[in-house]
Amino acid sequence: MYVAVKGGEAAILATHDLVAEARRGDESVPELAVAQIREQMGLACGRVMNEGSLYDPDLAALALKQAQGDAIEAAFLMRAYRTTLPRFGSSEPLDTATMAIRRRVSATYKDLPGGQVLGPTYDYTHRLFDFSLMDSPDVMVGLDPTISGQEGASRATAAGDARVKPEHDVKPLDSHMPRVPDILGAEGLMEEEAPPEGDPRPFDLTREPVTFPADRDVRLQAMARGDEGFMLGLGYSVQRGYGNSHPFVGEIRVGEVAVEFVPEELGFAVDLGDITLTECQMVNQFAGSKEVPPQFTRGYGLSFGHSERKAMSMSLVDRALKCRELGEAATYPAQQDEFVLYHSDNVEAAGFVEHLKLPHYVDFQGELELIRRIRKEREKRLAEQQEALPEAAE
Amino acid sequence: MTDTATRQQWMAVLARATRGEIDALLQQAGPLPTHEVLKAPETGTVMVEGRAGGAGRRFNLGEATVTRCVVRLDSGAMGFSYALGRDGRKARLAAITDALLQSEIETGPLRRGVFALAQQQQAARELASRKAAATKVDFFTLVRGG
Repeated sequence: MYVAVKGGEAAILATHDLVAEARRGDESVPELAVAQIREQMGLACGRVMNEGSLYDPDLAALALKQAQGDAIEAAFLMRAYRTTLPRFGSSEPLDTATMAIRRRVSATYKDLPGGQVLGPTYDYTHRLFDFSLMDSPDVMVGLDPTISGQEGASRATAAGDARVKPEHDVKPLDSHMPRVPDILGAEGLMEEEAPPEGDPRPFDLTREPVTFPADRDVRLQAMARGDEGFMLGLGYSVQRGYGNSHPFVGEIRVGEVAVEFVPEELGFAVDLGDITLTECQMVNQFAGSKEVPPQFTRGYGLSFGHSERKAMSMSLVDRALKCRELGEAATYPAQQDEFVLYHSDNVEAAGFVEHLKLPHYVDFQGELELIRRIRKEREKRLAEQQEALPEAAE
Repeated sequence: MTDTATRQQWMAVLARATRGEIDALLQQAGPLPTHEVLKAPETGTVMVEGRAGGAGRRFNLGEATVTRCVVRLDSGAMGFSYALGRDGRKARLAAITDALLQSEIETGPLRRGVFALAQQQQAARELASRKAAATKVDFFTLVRGG
């Protein structure tokens, strides 16, 4: 039997043209600029940076544009691009205690030092459509004139700046806000988070194959690049009883943190600039043993950009995956590291699910041959039985 | 010569500055000096590390794009630039600025320019902080009865 193994080049070239046309849409509508996506679709860019495992808001915006807003396809573009770049090394571990806070809330303490700062959040919105956002172009005011070189800055001033103008008597936030678990930690009521002996370099799953049971550094890296929807579902399952955890949000903080890197040739730390991060510290039910008195346990989530849902989900699953260390049974999916780590990567998952649509002609021909033979043999067997029956009746 | 802490400060300011800002800074200081590009602007990544719980075990959060460049002036001064992003032109200008700053006196035009940029960056941070502070919750307790 002959099966075509080559062909389709012309069709593939034509589909590239067609997807470009589909991406562009109606040409009477102005084309999106990458900077518009970066500035106005920032939360989508954050998701793409997390799942693409590469912090670069411009590239995330480009990826979203090129992928017509398909977050997983955009993450795939980021991952593919990353493999073309040399790696200069690893940063100094981030110090989230020095974050320039834009949002910081706690569900455990009302009057925590530094205060509850709501920041930009949809939490207290009514989820009613704001149809004024449809009334382009009059809503195109609000560009920040303090950002130099921003197009339209002068126009924004003329039209009236729609942005928040803080009262001059509002003081800036405290420069150092304590992380909430550290407050509990000072009382000894919180499971301690200290680096292991020698502060070892973390495992890197992009360089080495993962083995199980996986250590916490491997789990946190996998979850940080894991699919938000998958992590959310797992986190939700833990709360609903498939993992017995209904914790408190010790703290969520969003803001900018400096990244420091020590180039070998300089020998001192260079500040590379700021990245936006979201951190979630979850405070969970007690655990204790003969040696350790009862104390709260913790789950940790950290993500690029403003991405609270992701950081919260990650911290729920982080706590669930600690079951082995805490001597709890690993009964449910969110507690099983192999299940979580092997299924959280959406680029891998999409690749395996979607490979099904690629040609499987040879495999299928094989199956087709097999089922025809089985059926033929079955018919033959039935026919033989039919012939045998009359004799048996005698 | 300058101490490392001072150099770290200006490198941090240059990393946060735009290409246009560094360009303008250099123009104030006169014509661009002749220089040799020892390491052409190169974009790569740095793996960003976090710590579990904020202070515990290190883990890899994900990578970030970084562009670096190394230049040498005729004087022999080496200038470095390492900054987030993919702007090669900015990296080269920042590396030249770093080299020039090392031999400039404290009242020189580049030092003053970097100081002005640092002030702008600080003002932007402070504005963002004040906007956030405007969303700080003031709790009050309702007293019932007498």
